[in-house]
Amino acid sequence: MKIAITATGNTLDADVDPRFGRCQYIILVDPETLAFEALENANAAASGGAGIAIGQMIAGTGVKALLTGNCGPNAYQVLSAAGVKVLTGVSGKVRDAVARYQAGGFTEAQQANVGDHFGMGGGGGGMDRGRHGR
Amino acid sequence: MILAVASGKGGTGKTLVATSLALSLKEKSEVKLLDCDVEEPNDHIFMKPNITATSAVNIPVPQVDLDKCTYCGRCAEVCAYHALAVINRNLLTFPELCHGCGACSYLCPEGAITEVGREIGVVESGTADGVGLVQGRLAIGQPMAPPVIRQVKEQADGGGTVIIDAPPGTSCPVVETIRDSDFCLLVTEPTPFGLNDLKLEVETVRKLDIPCGVVLNRAGIGDTKTEAYCLEENIPVLMTIPLDTEIARLYSQGIPLVIGQPEYKDVFQDMFARIREIVDERSVDTKR
Repeated sequence: MKIAITATGNTLDADVDPRFGRCQYIILVDPETLAFEALENANAAASGGAGIAIGQMIAGTGVKALLTGNCGPNAYQVLSAAGVKVLTGVSGKVRDAVARYQAGGFTEAQQANVGDHFGMGGGGGGMDRGRHGR
Repeated sequence: MILAVASGKGGTGKTLVATSLALSLKEKSEVKLLDCDVEEPNDHIFMKPNITATSAVNIPVPQVDLDKCTYCGRCAEVCAYHALAVINRNLLTFPELCHGCGACSYLCPEGAITEVGREIGVVESGTADGVGLVQGRLAIGQPMAPPVIRQVKEQADGGGTVIIDAPPGTSCPVVETIRDSDFCLLVTEPTPFGLNDLKLEVETVRKLDIPCGVVLNRAGIGDTKTEAYCLEENIPVLMTIPLDTEIARLYSQGIPLVIGQPEYKDVFQDMFARIREIVDERSVDTKR
């Protein structure tokens, strides 16, 4: 059964990306054979709806679980509706995370563990985000 | 004429300028002051208006009739804002992402989607000391200001002189506020932060093809780089307000500048006359 894991690069030796909606890559991998496919995330720079968009994409691949650092509320809703288990708090190398998953080392998240726009950089919202400091 | 008062950096003195400008011009013509900083309208603190009308701002969001829905996913496909998601036989809506474009309802092959209004704020109007005031107020927690701003501007139709107090910066609410203005007054302060943000604002205003001029507030602090920049870029500095504890005190007490220091009325009127000249020259040039 395939799983999906967020990554900062497109190989199993990349680091797990701590973001879901705005992660750089999604790696779809069979934990037994380690056969994998890396997909670049087109929503990484999206101002809104990134988690929903990538959640829908993942739902379409038929994976049974999503491994990531953090997952926001809209993304969590989409993945739950798709019956995909969300495993947060995952870090380190993708290869090691997959191995740990096979060994049953992760617990399923019951809800989103971060707020919306978690993965967006400081200047992403336009200048009015900075105005209170100026 | 529609005159927008904007800035790059926040806190430079837009409201100070907008309110005093409106109060300085009311004797010569009918003046409307629009507070388009709908996330935190503050003109009312200085104008103390008598509000006579309030209207709700609604944006249309999708309501899906699940009896008609076949979960084909077309609505989610056409939504540019990811406000709908269809997964197996589950349809999720995210009303806060919805921009009210109507594509989902229009393109649903089963006609299963109707649009219902979702209130996101209010527009209030009234008068204050001979000036018509219209202000928008985005409801707390709502992320989208432009629909409220649009409704505020709709109330300005009817000629006369319209002064618009804009939000700071160059984001969507600012573009929505200042677009279609005849002139944009940029309030800034002569500091590095002020100059950095002024440059961004000038770029925005030029992209919108709106002529602009600068009000240099808190003159005396910082450096001379802002003035040099304006000279280099051919941007007229139409007014200079010095750093003055008295002006700050008046502001902190909610007293408009031209009420506390009436000698400023002439200065604002002169600035407006100069702006009028620039706008008139420009319309002659475009006709050539």
